[in-house]
Parts: sequence; structure tokens; C-alpha cells
Amino acid sequence: METSTLSETATQTTSHAISGSEAVIKCLLAEGVTTLYGYPGGAIMPVYDALFHYHDKLHHVLTRHEQGATHAAQGYARISGKVGVAMATSGPGATNLVTGLADAYIDSTPLVCITGQVGSHLLGSDAFQETDIIGISTPVTKWNHQITDAKEIPEVFAKAFYIARSGRPGPVLIDITKDAQFDTFDFEYKACKHIRSYNPVPKCDTEAIQAAATLINSAKKPLVVWGQGVILGQAEAIFQEVIEKAGLPAAWTILGASAIPTDHPLNVGMVGMHGNYAPNKLTNECDVLIAIGMRFDDRVTGNLETYAKQAKVIHFEIDPAEIHKNVYADVPVLGDAKSSLEALLPLLNPKAHSQWLQLFRELYQLEHDTIIQTDLFPSKEGLTMGEVIQQINEVSGGEAAIVSDVGQHQMVACRYAKFIHSKSNITSGGLGTMGFALPAAIGAKMAAPQREVVAIIGDGGYQMTIQELGTIFQTQTAVKIVVLNNEFLGMVRQWQQLFFDKRYAATEMTNPNFVTIAQGYHIPAQRVTERATLSEAVQTMMQHEGPYFLEVCVEREDNVFPMIPTGASVSDIRLS
Amino acid sequence: MTTTTQRYTVSIYTENNVGLLNRISAIFQRRHINIDSINSSISEIEGVSRWTIVVEVSEAQIRKIIGQIERQVEVIRAHYFTDDETIYQESGLFKVASELLFEERQIQNIIKESHARIVTVNRNFFVLEKSGRKEEVERLYEQLKPFGIMQFVRSGRIAVTKEPIQITSLLAAFNEQ
Repeated sequence: METSTLSETATQTTSHAISGSEAVIKCLLAEGVTTLYGYPGGAIMPVYDALFHYHDKLHHVLTRHEQGATHAAQGYARISGKVGVAMATSGPGATNLVTGLADAYIDSTPLVCITGQVGSHLLGSDAFQETDIIGISTPVTKWNHQITDAKEIPEVFAKAFYIARSGRPGPVLIDITKDAQFDTFDFEYKACKHIRSYNPVPKCDTEAIQAAATLINSAKKPLVVWGQGVILGQAEAIFQEVIEKAGLPAAWTILGASAIPTDHPLNVGMVGMHGNYAPNKLTNECDVLIAIGMRFDDRVTGNLETYAKQAKVIHFEIDPAEIHKNVYADVPVLGDAKSSLEALLPLLNPKAHSQWLQLFRELYQLEHDTIIQTDLFPSKEGLTMGEVIQQINEVSGGEAAIVSDVGQHQMVACRYAKFIHSKSNITSGGLGTMGFALPAAIGAKMAAPQREVVAIIGDGGYQMTIQELGTIFQTQTAVKIVVLNNEFLGMVRQWQQLFFDKRYAATEMTNPNFVTIAQGYHIPAQRVTERATLSEAVQTMMQHEGPYFLEVCVEREDNVFPMIPTGASVSDIRLS
Repeated sequence: MTTTTQRYTVSIYTENNVGLLNRISAIFQRRHINIDSINSSISEIEGVSRWTIVVEVSEAQIRKIIGQIERQVEVIRAHYFTDDETIYQESGLFKVASELLFEERQIQNIIKESHARIVTVNRNFFVLEKSGRKEEVERLYEQLKPFGIMQFVRSGRIAVTKEPIQITSLLAAFNEQ
């Protein structure tokens, strides 16, 4: 009897024993991963070898640089709400992930990044392509872990996915030594549902919600500023109900854009440095400021000493570390946006705040007449960035997801793009990573193939990850790439003009022929230099089935306004 | 909230995992804050580590730092305390030439008055151990210095709080989830 039990166990062991590498693939499949982005190399080769046998279940996209893999995974995550996955080898492969990790960390994007590592017997020996990626990635990851024993793989992967997507999402990095990839063990996968030291979603505080409701009900001039928390918390619908019931003008941070439609009557525009005039100006006139899923970034608040000092502040927030971090909250409401707003809704009195809203409309009109009209429908000769966005709006009707890079074009895209659906504005907000958009658009299009995905990129940022055209060509991902070319690092040039007496140090760019480059990758391409051909070119691009490249040569020295100069108050926002 | 700085003792209960030192010290480093002393040990709860970190910062800063420490996945709880809220000790070791013990009468008096303990004596040197507040250890250092100290080292602060910290019940609640 004893003998037979032993042999049974032995058979079971052999039948379930798999390599660490295969276990990695099985973990990804168990977590519902269908697409991952990466770049092979020595220390991750066993995992790639295992992947070879699973290519029908797991689609690996070979980017042209590991940074591209992380941004593609970010685009994938941002449009779908799923965890994005990127993989790289040790050493330079791993360090190339760092910018993407930092970007995902500051913008709360769920990522799981996998890196190969030298064999555990070589750790610390300066082996070929060895780098301390755990040490390097610690400040820019929500969690990271090095696996030196294959047996750890299922538990660590389960934890990684749970941590990446739960609570305030973020990037996680798993580093796996080569020996742990080769070793075999009995594989069994259990999803992680709980970690004792980790409390991802603080309990809804009913007293705080009551206090918030009382303040909102008594407010004469309430203002909502919402951020990405509304989108990450899948709270868009209840959020809209809340503002509609209480008649709350609502403004968005750059990452909050698209949570409610652009043309919603209570949507009063974008806050922050290049946001709209009314919500910035009136931040310093509201009596109750209701912050929802946002973190009072300095680009949003301007000078904190003069930010909304007259207002009582209510802060709905999932991350306790954000409470009182930058702005003191009279009523902090911990919890995820959806459950908090659901609890808040029945406590609110129906209101319209018509007079107060009228003020927003008047200030909008002022901004419209001085800036928006000439941005979108210019009468001068040179093309503006705004009119390109306007043309895209007209063709897409607001259906497109806009992936923007970083700089002037980003501000213009976020200000003027029309959105109907949530998760439609994908941009690098907190970190401001030039080079983000092209690879992020690839990930976004792959995660939502039914959606039109338009990347809006400047000529500077485009050249930081231009190699990802190769990925687009190879995968035939139907992204629409629009480069707004002003032959300048435009935002820096704008600051040089305004604050450094026009000393244009290192901002002028001599650019290559972008159309020829796109054509080199067999991507149909067109250049527009005149208004007369813009509309047709945008239509051609949008109607084209595959990937398409459109370069628009815009006015070289246009500036983005309104603008809150660094260190100034939100109410000192400049129209020119 | 005041911006004047003062000494705070930070107590952190964490899982016992590789890499946490880096993760926690990075939170101070990114704010350009120098850590005065740091200590890690087991705690009263099995498998849970306890960190004691001493820094000089403002209360506004320490509150934000605590929030960012608690945000780390493997941190169970972090608190900050002023000196009067804790019972704290540090330990100093002094290595002194043995001949002084026999030739300098005053040395014996210093040892007696300071309540320092002789850990070991051999032909060449003896080792004194003095536990207490930082100032007490420093006073002994100043007293011995004129005679010559071969080696001196002081540990980081360790501290327990006067008020209870409800970690065990907190962990129980976590485990129930």
C-alpha cells in the first residue's frame, strides 16, 4: 500500500512537473493575459522558448526597443482596464524598462513587467548583462520581487497581478534568474485575493460621506475636479449621476479626460497649466471644491499658497497617502470612487446652480473669443495644431481614442479632442514622457481593435520612439499617426520665448523626411503643408484600413494658451 | 501645521522580505532627508519585522512620509513619535587599552558612575558597553576621550511606545479579510 502511494505521487510529480519558464506562461494564461510586449535576450531566452509552444494562446509582440514594450503595455492597459504585460532580458533590457515603469507608477497604470536575470550563482558578480534591476526599479514600482527558485513562480505571479490591478493600480516587476527558468517543479496556480500587509481599498467611511453631502448641499458655488480615479474605479456612470443631481460644474485633470463626454453641459473643461480659463479662474472663487480621484499635481494647482484657499475641500481618494499631501482636505473621503459616490448620491439635494454655471459659460466665451476660435478656425496662413484636432473630431465624431505624446501638441490635443467614451484619452500625464504615444497607440489599438486609435505626436517625441514603426509594420496594427511638425521642441521653445528672452537654446530641430521614413516601413504616408488639403488628408487617413502616417507642418512659433506660469496662482491664468 | 523640524522616531511593522530596506530608505532619500539612525529586528509578532528610524524633519513632512511608507505593499503599519512618546535606548561599545584600566584611577570612577558594563577584558584591551539615551552614551564618550579610545561604535535607536500599538489585532483583522 505504502509503495503504491509513493509511486502514484511520483507519477503525479512527473506529469505536473514543468519548467519555471513554462510556469511563467501558464501563470500569464491563468491571469487571462492574451497579449504581451517584449524583446528577447540571453537571460530571458528560456521563457521565450516556452512561449514558442504557446504562440496560439499568447500573442507576443516584438517591439523595437524595451521602452516601447512598456509603453505599448501601458496603452493596452489604459484603454482596456486590464493589466499590461511587458518582458525583457537582464541588464540593458531591464534598464530600458525603467522609463515605462516610472510613467506607469506616477499615472497609476497596472503593469506586470518580467525580466530575465543571470543565474542565481552569478548574482552580484558583475556577470554579463547583470544589473540590479530590483534595486533600480524599487522607487518606480508598486512592488517588485526577484525569483531565484522556480517553485516561487506561481505565488509571485499571482501576487504581482493582484497588486498591479487592485486598489490604486501600478506597475510591478518580477525578475527571474535563469536557473529558476530552467528548473522544474510541480505547477499549481492559485489566484491571489488577499495579502495581509496590504489593504488596497480602504473601507467606505459613511461619516465622511455624510459630511461631504452636507457640505455639497450647503454649497453656493461648488466645483468638482475629477481625475483618473473616476476611470480606474469604473465610476463614470455614478459620477455623472452625482454631478447631474447636485448640479455640479465639473472640471477634469488631463488623466481624467473622457470620463464623461466632452459636450456634457456640466463638463466645464480642463484644469491646470494649459487648462481652460473658467475652471482655473473659478477654482479660486468656489466655496466647496470636490476633488475626486485626483492628487493635486503641481501642474494642476499652480502655487499651493494661493490655491482654493477660500474653499472647503472634499477629497475622494483611494490612496491614504494622497490625503493632505498637497492640499489640506477638510473632508477626506477614503475609498474607491464608485462605492463612495454610490453612497453619496442619495444624500444629495437636487440643485441646478444656474447662476454659478452661467459664470463658467461667460468665462468660456471669453476664452473662446480670444483663443479657441483662432486655434480651431484660424484665418492666418500657417496651420495650427488646433485645427488638425478639429478636423479629426469632425471625421471621428468623438469616437476615436486619442493617444498623445508630450508637449504643445499634447496640450492642444487634450484641450480640443472631443470624447464620447471613457478611456479615450491616453497620454503620459505625471511623468511627461516624450516618446510615449507611438508605442502606447500600438497597445491601445491591439486592446481595442474595434476602436479608431489616433496618435498625436510632436516632431521631437516622435523621434524618441520612431523605431516602433517597425512594430506597426510587422503587426500591421491599424494606428493612425499624426505628427504635428513645427521643427521645434515647441513647449520648451514657448518657455524660452516667454521666460528666457527668446534664447532658443537647443530647441530647433532639423528633421528628416518623415514621409519617406514611414514609407520605408511600407506605411502609407502623406504630408500636409496647406490648409486647403488638410481636411481631405485627415479623411483619407481615417478611412484607410491599415496603419497610416500623416505629417502636418504647422506654424513654427505658435504658443499654447491659456497658461498658468510656473509658480503663479490658478487665478493668474493668462490668455496671451 | 508647523514647518519647524524636530526629532521623530518612526516605528514600522513589516513583512520580513528582501529589498524592503531599499524601498523604505528610498522614501527618505527622494525627499533629501538624512536618516539619523535605522534599526531592524524581529518584533513581538512572529514573522513580522520592526523598524526603528530616527529622522529630524517637520511634522508636515513626517506625516506624508508615514503615508508613503504605509503605501508599500509589505508594510503592515507605520507610526511616528516624539521623544516623550517613547522609551528609547541606544547602545555604545568602547574599546580601550587595558593598561588604562589599571593605571588611570579616574577610568574606574568613570565606569562606576556611568553604570557602563565591562564586556570583556584581556591583556591588551577591555570593552565597555553603555546603554541609555544618546546623550548618556555621548557623555561617556567625552569622558573617555582624553584617555584615548581605540574604537567606538554606537547602535541605532530602538524604542517602544508608551501607548499600545494595536498591531496584533490589526493583523488579525487583515487575516480575516
